[in-house]
Amino acid sequence: MARKTIKVDYLARVEGEGALTVVIRNGAVADAQLRIFEPPRFFEAFLRGRAYGEAPDITARICGICPVAYQMSAVHAMEDVLGIKVGGQLRALRRLLYCGEWIESHTLHVYMLHAPDFLGYHGAVEMARDHADIVKRGLELKKIGNALMTIVGGREVHPVNVRVGGFYKAPRKRDLLAFAGELRRARDLALETVRWTAGLDFPDRTREYELVSLSHPDEYPMNEGRIVSNRGLDIDAREYDAHFEEIHVAHSNALQARIRERGHYLVGPLARFALNFDKLSPLCREAAHEAGIAPICTNPYQSIVVRAVEVLYACDEALRIVEDYEEPDQPFIAAEPRAGVGQAATEAPRGMIYHRYRLAEDGKIEDAVIIPPTSQNQASVEDDLKVLINGWIDLPEDELRHRCEQTVRNYDPCISCATHFLDLRVDRE
Amino acid sequence: MATRRKPKLAVWKFASCDGCQLSLLDCEDELLAIAGAVEIAYFAEATSAFVKGPYDLSLVEGSITTAHDAERIRNVRAKSKALVTIGACATAGGVQALRNFADVEAFTSVVYAHPEYISTLGTSTPIAAHVPVDFELRGCPIDKGQLIEVLSAFLAGRKPVTPAHSVCLDCKLKGNVCVTVAHGTPCIGPVTHAGCGAICPSYDRGCYGCFGPMETPNAAALSRELARHGMSRDQIHRVYRTFNTAAEPFREEAERHGS
Repeated sequence: MARKTIKVDYLARVEGEGALTVVIRNGAVADAQLRIFEPPRFFEAFLRGRAYGEAPDITARICGICPVAYQMSAVHAMEDVLGIKVGGQLRALRRLLYCGEWIESHTLHVYMLHAPDFLGYHGAVEMARDHADIVKRGLELKKIGNALMTIVGGREVHPVNVRVGGFYKAPRKRDLLAFAGELRRARDLALETVRWTAGLDFPDRTREYELVSLSHPDEYPMNEGRIVSNRGLDIDAREYDAHFEEIHVAHSNALQARIRERGHYLVGPLARFALNFDKLSPLCREAAHEAGIAPICTNPYQSIVVRAVEVLYACDEALRIVEDYEEPDQPFIAAEPRAGVGQAATEAPRGMIYHRYRLAEDGKIEDAVIIPPTSQNQASVEDDLKVLINGWIDLPEDELRHRCEQTVRNYDPCISCATHFLDLRVDRE
Repeated sequence: MATRRKPKLAVWKFASCDGCQLSLLDCEDELLAIAGAVEIAYFAEATSAFVKGPYDLSLVEGSITTAHDAERIRNVRAKSKALVTIGACATAGGVQALRNFADVEAFTSVVYAHPEYISTLGTSTPIAAHVPVDFELRGCPIDKGQLIEVLSAFLAGRKPVTPAHSVCLDCKLKGNVCVTVAHGTPCIGPVTHAGCGAICPSYDRGCYGCFGPMETPNAAALSRELARHGMSRDQIHRVYRTFNTAAEPFREEAERHGS
């Protein structure tokens, strides 16, 4: 049979550089490989010899879109070594900062990276020519997320205010209260976003994943919780290594993660939502029901709706934190360095992220392991392409290529993290 | 009257975190106006529409860490009338330039099970080490106000106004109490390039130099002050050797405090 090759030199609207090869044989997808060739930057190597207090600033630079996820995971892991527990208003402020990042990062993906796939545009700027009100709503919402990060963290990209033990400076109560009006506005915009995304045209496709996320008894997970799955996993972050492993495959500069007993799994909004639906605020649960995705969504193309629901949650939660806020006596808990191993997992917008550090007695980092969400999802992306693309392989090449790209963008892949460039090759035999 | 062709803007990524190009998308109030004033011809993070060069203005994020990228930047330069680097990676090699002082093979084996799968250069170098650069915008990340200034200046055909004085001066203008004088907190604001808006001292912490060196810094004098406020030789070494480690005055000062 004739063999055919389709090539895309650069996957747009993702963060980082990657490539994709899809092999089609006898009318079915025979193989799919997501190759990540974002050049390696060696964070885990050069963290060695740095002081433990430098980790939040340095690891933030892994990703400009979700720096808070790295900062939060780093500070929790260091506090695990140092034996300190950050509670009360400092804990609430961390959650507030994370809310800002969820709003900013998810809104960027929903409006600027993913929606153009559904509405048939190259990007949000082109989309704005026909749908100015929609794009402006997205920009307004994203701006409020960024403003929240700036109030708590000092700036939106690589915040400066996060430190092990808490913050350099706690925000003033009056400043946070003055921001409540913006958050109410954001909540309205987020609710409109859920309704709008729910009305998009979705391919009728579902997948059975092992869904993995944090789970906390009292709240929708961000900074803390046990690592659970829909197939019975229920462990502390300290047991991560016993249950997960990373494989280095030849075609990628990012390591692929798997559950030792079972294999591939999915982290991110779909997993968080399915495993923690009952922890969402009533407003969010209602919106999700109205949108037709409650209490579990197994169509990865609808992840855009789940992200919108999580933005709504982050606005709702931020408002609650701001209204309950009292200035803490101290902006941070001081601690003396000591030797040991610390581990933590938190929920980045794209899914669970895990950090492990071994410190020497003087607090210098001896070893660092960082497992970002996109490397955990890499194998699932490949599985999705193998399964979901079937049924579309007779489409003209342009449309097939677009479906492949859309399928990858379902993940909001952050390839800079995992280690934009998707060089798509479709081999038809 | 004939309408003037809109200038073509391209945004390129090399080894980086995407944060500086994200700053363009973070200009929520100005983004659509910018898109009206220029033709966004190449910006992979934002659009899958790729318009061929030549480009009137190329914004370049990231540093050069592979042989392939060293070739690619020459190609970008060849099809760009003006080339502006955005951020510490493109301007000073970025945090990944820490490899320049280490054995990259050892680094690779720390991170990867199969080092033979990884192809990378031993160094991370700024764009200006490879091709001529028309303007360098500092910061890790860049400041979006400064980015808009660069774009406006380019459209108006003038030089961007981005003062090369220190963070220290901006901090005074902002009315901050000096964190070093009042609280004894070490701060490298006196030798760091302005542009961030003196954020760290405003949040009760010392500047950690993410905008790189100011014009003609006196780092040796500052190091004596840092030591007086309790920083060890090793801490001084590290504060200069982080996000702008390949920028000459910082590289030199870090080396003077090497072990």
